[in-house]
Amino acid sequence: MKLRDKEKDIIALLSKAQRENKYNYITEEKLKLIAEKAGLSYSEVYGVATFYSLFSLKQRGEYVIRVCDSGPCHLMGSKSIFEVLGEELNIKVGKTTPDGKFTLEETSCLGICDEAPAMMVNEEVYGNLTPQKIKEILKRLGERK
Amino acid sequence: MIKELKSPLRIVLENYGKINPEIIEEYIAQGGYKAVDKVLREMNPIEVVSKIKASGLQGRGGAAFPTGLKWEFTAKAEDTPKYIICNADEGEPGTFKDRAILEGDPHKIIEGMIIAGYAVGAHYGYIYIRGEYLLSINRFQKAIEQAEEHGFLGEDILGSGFNFQIEIHQGAGSYVCGEETALMDSIEGKRGNPRYKPPFPPSSGLWKKPTVINNVETLANIAPIILKGTDWFRSFGTKECPGTKVYAISGHVKEVGVIEAPMGITLREIITEYAGGMRQDKFKMAQVGGTAGAILGEDMLDVPLDYASLGKKGLVLGSGAILVMDETTCCVDMLKCFLNFFRRESCGKCIPCRIGTEKLLELTTSISQGEGKEDDIDLMLQTAKVMQKTSLCALGQSPILPISTVLKYFKEEVVEHIKGRCPTGVCKI
Repeated sequence: MKLRDKEKDIIALLSKAQRENKYNYITEEKLKLIAEKAGLSYSEVYGVATFYSLFSLKQRGEYVIRVCDSGPCHLMGSKSIFEVLGEELNIKVGKTTPDGKFTLEETSCLGICDEAPAMMVNEEVYGNLTPQKIKEILKRLGERK
Repeated sequence: MIKELKSPLRIVLENYGKINPEIIEEYIAQGGYKAVDKVLREMNPIEVVSKIKASGLQGRGGAAFPTGLKWEFTAKAEDTPKYIICNADEGEPGTFKDRAILEGDPHKIIEGMIIAGYAVGAHYGYIYIRGEYLLSINRFQKAIEQAEEHGFLGEDILGSGFNFQIEIHQGAGSYVCGEETALMDSIEGKRGNPRYKPPFPPSSGLWKKPTVINNVETLANIAPIILKGTDWFRSFGTKECPGTKVYAISGHVKEVGVIEAPMGITLREIITEYAGGMRQDKFKMAQVGGTAGAILGEDMLDVPLDYASLGKKGLVLGSGAILVMDETTCCVDMLKCFLNFFRRESCGKCIPCRIGTEKLLELTTSISQGEGKEDDIDLMLQTAKVMQKTSLCALGQSPILPISTVLKYFKEEVVEHIKGRCPTGVCKI
């Protein structure tokens, strides 16, 4: 007794494809493969993949840094978080560092407002951010192989 | 773990922090799954629906629709199969109360879903958890597996002949998917665009089949109501809004976190008695109900925070998010932040919202840079009013509330910006 046909559950398949990619994006080949297996057209699956903010069809960094700029985080100083990240990584929001390590993104509320300002790096949550804490996190991630 | 402030009353959060949510035996030891047992052995589906109706429970996602009525519509629908959906796509900024329940007591939600399924004749349930809530997803998956092992999910539950199974749908980043019909399209593997209504989910929901969609907190109220009764439930809260609400407090207060309190608690009580008061500076305003909610000024500190009391003033309780802001906060800067959120999250399906959110952000941005014109205030109001009347879903209908309430309290401060000065010094003019 199954609820959904796994081959047709394309949002889960897209998530999986992206998770398995080192550079956090869904390749065109994967997109085509998912469409084919689900019996859908490429454009339909493309439409779905481009709707959701967690998906990317463009190559990103190994670490995607998603900083919240919704009400509570904005109030608690997310602006300074963007500034520090921008300076440390020397990139603008939406861009990836030349070494392919980090991508900086702005995101809507992550639901961790009790630890505002907050961000996620790939699947990890970081809250109560301060400029000092950001520098430490970047250092740690930069050293990670 | 999310900090729970000292809740004056605990129904939904009764097990929060008390049990290990990853061990079903601990939930069972607190009386868990007794409500499922009771319903399957002693009650017929009509009695279950009647009981929820009589309790006066209203949807805790924000719309406050009577839960029992929703169930009744779906129970009466003839088409099959029917579905139960738990909406755990908590995306309203400032809201993290569903995450507390998901992470702290997942079995309580499962129990509510099973009972809902039995009541309306559904054998399949989905829980739509936002993709960012990875801990919630992992815990819920474990909880489903444990419930299956114990015979609370699957076929012939507790020997009753009733079958019910639950699957998780993991969201992929979209605020509008919290809107019920967009959420259904998303489960179906499509873009999460809201549908035209009617038809409504009880007659035509997931895969066009009769569907009950309830919020996490709503479903967490079901088992306690079944076990302790409607009189007990109605003894809390207000006459029009029985029970409790789980509020999420953030911003410039000493203690942030979740708190469960009887419906009708006031903002002043929450801030001073439970959140430890303001951090440093004096209270300026609070936004209640998330970014889609209204700004409340000092004169609203003693208004009961329940659906009916706020509704009568043209305000909303929404998800129960409370963002407290002190005097150092600039109302224009915050409004710009709210409108940026709506612009980013507008799905683009309907024109008023797609273009309106863009225009509203442009206007606020120019005001915040000291480049606004006096007419811009009226233009913003007018634009937001048109959006309220013509947008397809709550996203486009919402900006009027934060805009009109900011202007109600702080119009002078907005005008100051237009004249070229930000009184708090937050905006760089």
